[in-house]
Amino acid sequence: MAIIDPRHAAKQLIYERVFRSATLSAAILVLLILGGVAMSLLRGAWPAISHFGFSFVAREIWNPVTDEFGALAPIYGTVVTSVIAMLLAVPTGFGIALFLTELCPPLLKRPIGVAVELLAAVPSIIFGIWGLFVLAPVLQRHVQPWLIAHLGHIVLVGKLFKGPPFGIGILTAGVVLAIMVLPFIAATLRDVFDTVPAMLKESGYALGATTWEVMWNVVVPHSRVGIVGGIMLGLGRALGETMAVTFVIGNAHRISSSLLAPGTTISSAIANEFTEAVGDLYTSSLIALGLLLFLITFTVIAAAQAMLRRLERRSGAAV
Amino acid sequence: MIPSTKPPKHLKMRPPVAVAAERTEDLGPPKIEIRALNFYYGDVRSLHNITMSLADKSISAFIGPSGCGKSTLLRVLNRMYGLYPRQRAEGEVLIGGRDILGPNVDVAELRYRVGMVFQKPTPFPMSVFDNVAFGLRLGGGIRGAELKSRVESALRDAAIWDEVKDKLHADGRSLSGGQQQRLCIARAIAVKPEVLLLDEPTAALDPISTLRVEETLQALREKYCIVVVTHNLQQAARVSNVTGFMFMGELVEIGPSSRIFTSPQDRRTDDYITGRFG
Repeated sequence: MAIIDPRHAAKQLIYERVFRSATLSAAILVLLILGGVAMSLLRGAWPAISHFGFSFVAREIWNPVTDEFGALAPIYGTVVTSVIAMLLAVPTGFGIALFLTELCPPLLKRPIGVAVELLAAVPSIIFGIWGLFVLAPVLQRHVQPWLIAHLGHIVLVGKLFKGPPFGIGILTAGVVLAIMVLPFIAATLRDVFDTVPAMLKESGYALGATTWEVMWNVVVPHSRVGIVGGIMLGLGRALGETMAVTFVIGNAHRISSSLLAPGTTISSAIANEFTEAVGDLYTSSLIALGLLLFLITFTVIAAAQAMLRRLERRSGAAV
Repeated sequence: MIPSTKPPKHLKMRPPVAVAAERTEDLGPPKIEIRALNFYYGDVRSLHNITMSLADKSISAFIGPSGCGKSTLLRVLNRMYGLYPRQRAEGEVLIGGRDILGPNVDVAELRYRVGMVFQKPTPFPMSVFDNVAFGLRLGGGIRGAELKSRVESALRDAAIWDEVKDKLHADGRSLSGGQQQRLCIARAIAVKPEVLLLDEPTAALDPISTLRVEETLQALREKYCIVVVTHNLQQAARVSNVTGFMFMGELVEIGPSSRIFTSPQDRRTDDYITGRFG
């Protein structure tokens, strides 16, 4: 039997205790910060909440002159731009990830992978400038007239593509957001697909499945938990993104049925107006917007968690 | 993959071809014919001039130390190596008289005809029923009642029907390891392949489950050309009609299992089955 120096053992015990309390306090710190943020948001937003009540989230009006504020337009803009972003970025991200893991020649694998990661490293202000000076004019001149001409007449869908091509607006913001969240989705999905055991994929091929069939029927179902996680990561980023959206969305507190019209999002409204907000109610209304964004992101994450739990329960003893 | 050391000099070397052709004829017409097969991982040759015939409706087992090329041989038979760059096979391999190595072979169709079961159970993330129906649905044209009856008969053939008939809609991964492996066998035979390849099918299973899988194989012998790679010599002796011993990428000898395990012709086979190496 090994003999342990009692003094050394005592020292070990102390180290162990210090280590435990250090990690514990780090973990508690997270809770404190989160609680603090929620509390101060609630306090700051209280004047607006008590003044407007529920109508704050139900009204479109935003008039600093008459001190009337409603959050419906920013909520609408936030949700719609994020939905557009996800509609564009999720299929593209899937494509990139599946290509990189299954089809890509080894020589191209690294360059494309690094490019995807570099895209994630571009600061959002750069996407904003690029969106305003490069993307918006291109959309205005080439894409939006086409959308208006070809989709504008279709029943129901046509409403989304009516009106003049401003260049900036909800659609442009959605496109910029899509580009911004794409690397996160693609990189996460690639890592998730990489973890699918080769033997499982081979089992699919061994039954005569094509690459597409193995991808769709084996790899994707196997990775669904990770896929939901990757998409939620992207969605969370799209909901909260401020700078680039502020550049290209047009900043109009208005809900238009057309995606080509200018609009606003919660975060861009706050960024735009905070410095010029005079009066307690105005400031408080902006903070209330922040509280709403907090709630929306929280709901998204909670919904994702619930979805994951349901998926896991359905797959029985798996994982 | 391949040990770089040369075999010890005292081992008697003899060309494997003569032995291979020898005594497998009484098992009926060959299903698989392999002539002068060489296999390369990049520049490394891992199969050397393999020539042999394997009979239909019988179980052929391949034994040999790790890295001897037996799994590689299986992966040639369904072109699985083709998924990976820098792996290539040269020579001639016929299954049911049809060349499988040529450039114009429809690989998906080949793999549909040649089923495979792996070292570890690989149930797909879906229900027991969908697992077995997977290949049938890929093939298309089989639906409804016919699909149900094909799934049932595959599960019966794989001797797992009684255990899963009440949980066909449970996730395949919720079964025990041995059940999962038999589920994978059912999945492979559901499409009625001409050849069934098994790569160490019981390597991850406990003795009881191993026994069940072996019984399953015995029952399937009548219908299929079965090729099984195994590290378990007793298993090869128990289940197979023909056993081939491979060593360093060569087929050292192949013959009726009763003979290989009682009076092997090659010194290396003798050393391996008596446990002197490997």
